[in-house]
Amino acid sequence: MSLFDWFANRRKDGPISQERQEREIADGLWSKCEACGVMTYTKDLKANQFVCVECGHHHRVFSDDRIHQLIDQGTWQPMNAQVQPQDPLKFRDRKAYSDRLRDMQTRTQLTDAVQTGTGKLDNLPLGLGVMDFRFMGGSMGSVVGEKLTRLIEHSTAAGLPVVIVCASGGARMQEGMLSLMQMAKISGALERHRTAGLLYIPVLSHPTTGGVTASFAMLGDIIVAEPQALIAFAGRRVIEQTVREKLPDDFQSAEYLLKHGFVDVIVPRTELNSTLAKLIRLHQPVPSSPLKPLHTVSNHHVAIT
Amino acid sequence: MPTTQRKTILLDFEKPLVELEERIDQIRNLAEDNEVDVSTQLRQLETRADQLRQEIFASLTPAQRLQVARHPRRPSTLDYIQAISDEWIELHGDRGSGKDDPALVGGIARFEGRPVVMLGNQKGRDTKDNVARNFGMASPGGYRKAMRLMQHANRFHMPIFTFIDTPGAFPGYEAEELGQGEAIAYNLREMFALDVPIVCTVIGEGGSGGALGIGVGDRLMMLEHAVYTVASPEACAAILWKDSGRAAEAAEALKITAQDLMNLGILDVLLPEPLGGAHADPVKATEILREALRENLESLLVLSPAERRDLRYQKFRQVGVFAETAHPSTV
Repeated sequence: MSLFDWFANRRKDGPISQERQEREIADGLWSKCEACGVMTYTKDLKANQFVCVECGHHHRVFSDDRIHQLIDQGTWQPMNAQVQPQDPLKFRDRKAYSDRLRDMQTRTQLTDAVQTGTGKLDNLPLGLGVMDFRFMGGSMGSVVGEKLTRLIEHSTAAGLPVVIVCASGGARMQEGMLSLMQMAKISGALERHRTAGLLYIPVLSHPTTGGVTASFAMLGDIIVAEPQALIAFAGRRVIEQTVREKLPDDFQSAEYLLKHGFVDVIVPRTELNSTLAKLIRLHQPVPSSPLKPLHTVSNHHVAIT
Repeated sequence: MPTTQRKTILLDFEKPLVELEERIDQIRNLAEDNEVDVSTQLRQLETRADQLRQEIFASLTPAQRLQVARHPRRPSTLDYIQAISDEWIELHGDRGSGKDDPALVGGIARFEGRPVVMLGNQKGRDTKDNVARNFGMASPGGYRKAMRLMQHANRFHMPIFTFIDTPGAFPGYEAEELGQGEAIAYNLREMFALDVPIVCTVIGEGGSGGALGIGVGDRLMMLEHAVYTVASPEACAAILWKDSGRAAEAAEALKITAQDLMNLGILDVLLPEPLGGAHADPVKATEILREALRENLESLLVLSPAERRDLRYQKFRQVGVFAETAHPSTV
């Protein structure tokens, strides 16, 4: 066999044929990284919290996996899972909203674009909301607004810190003004949570845009973002049309927002759990002794419990 | 009968009306020239014109209402503020962004004897002014100026009136860099914390987050032909229908009129407009607005700050339509 033949044969068999590759991606056995193109065994990708082992690209995480990643096993108590979306405007674009909802529910097994509940993160009790981009682009309608508001109200009453993992295209147009008003409703609940002296940390994942950015995503006591997440108020295309010039590549990335002072810290997903735990612990009252070096303890210090 | 002497800007659906009015003018001139008495006929024709105007404005489609709301002659925030105030001083500083935003104006006025902070989105009155005011699309600095003025009001126990009239917050490069989302979000939260009465009125176009950023109050009022929408019908059509030309359909589907918002439990007070729209009789429109502001302010002043904050919270808390069932099959 000549060297030429050997190459020819090799090309014929190929290590993995295109067709087989696609079939196995479709089966979900393998995942192709959209950033570096490397194929990873899906189980390995999941074990690494959907962060590419090769290049560190953060793939999208759906709400179930996210809850699994953040909450201690056996402590998750879902809240208001029975809250269902309706079609108050009888909205119809190219498809009826009610049909869209039914299809989405069947496909995702979710009721709407957010899961809420209480649980423990590294043994710390908290209220957690996780948006799910699969469900109509994580858009915020009445159900997202109501569930997050109830979560925040419950956490205020129970004295719990709140973490909300954001992933959303913005307000849900199919519910019109009812969607816009959810921005105010959630912000009002956060005002009460804040007045009660409690900690709120939004985690901005890819993408966090529109009405979510213009409300609870930007209202954190501490704002955490995932690497390279898109965080925007207006969409890139809209801005390019308005200003008629090309925007810088990193525009509206988590890194860009950090640079401009609108995000406090960028945390790789593999460190998110431990970072959140650290942040929450740093905000817990010191149990006993006041600051040690003090020789005399004033009443002011004692009062802090 | 509203005067048509002033050069008017015509909306397409007003054409039949104008044709009729032109005919009335012709007959009148003809009669004057020939010294013939046609007063009976003229009166009949004028009554018909009046009826026609009433019919047209009673059955405006949402897209037509949007045209009225965006009418270039429609009274703007500064028009109303100056007309309803006994005295007024505009204040400019947001204390941070390095420049004043003329798309969002505010200051202190005296209203029915009482100092009140008034602020709102400001569209231009002509093309040049519109360019200077960025067509009423505010920057983050504008929202921060509004919040600074509202906190000032809170400190000195002055009620707050906001006037909403914007296509939306400005979607620009610099606006993103300066935190447009954060500026609006901050206002949404902090307006819930204010002790003083807040009355918000949509006088023209209420566009999305840009409107809501000064729209959290104890009362939401809207003029009859004003609209308030989650996204502009043009943008909505571009996204959902992939065709911005279908804006009229989107305007219909989005439920953006004052009556729609009343039905959805979002609007508190619907203010009737003079026949032909606020621009047809600005003096009368101003009187209607002044009276409504006075009345609503009075009813809010009898409450304590805590009661007002609580009612404000409840007002927004109850907005939303959903079902509570164990089975996901009721959609």
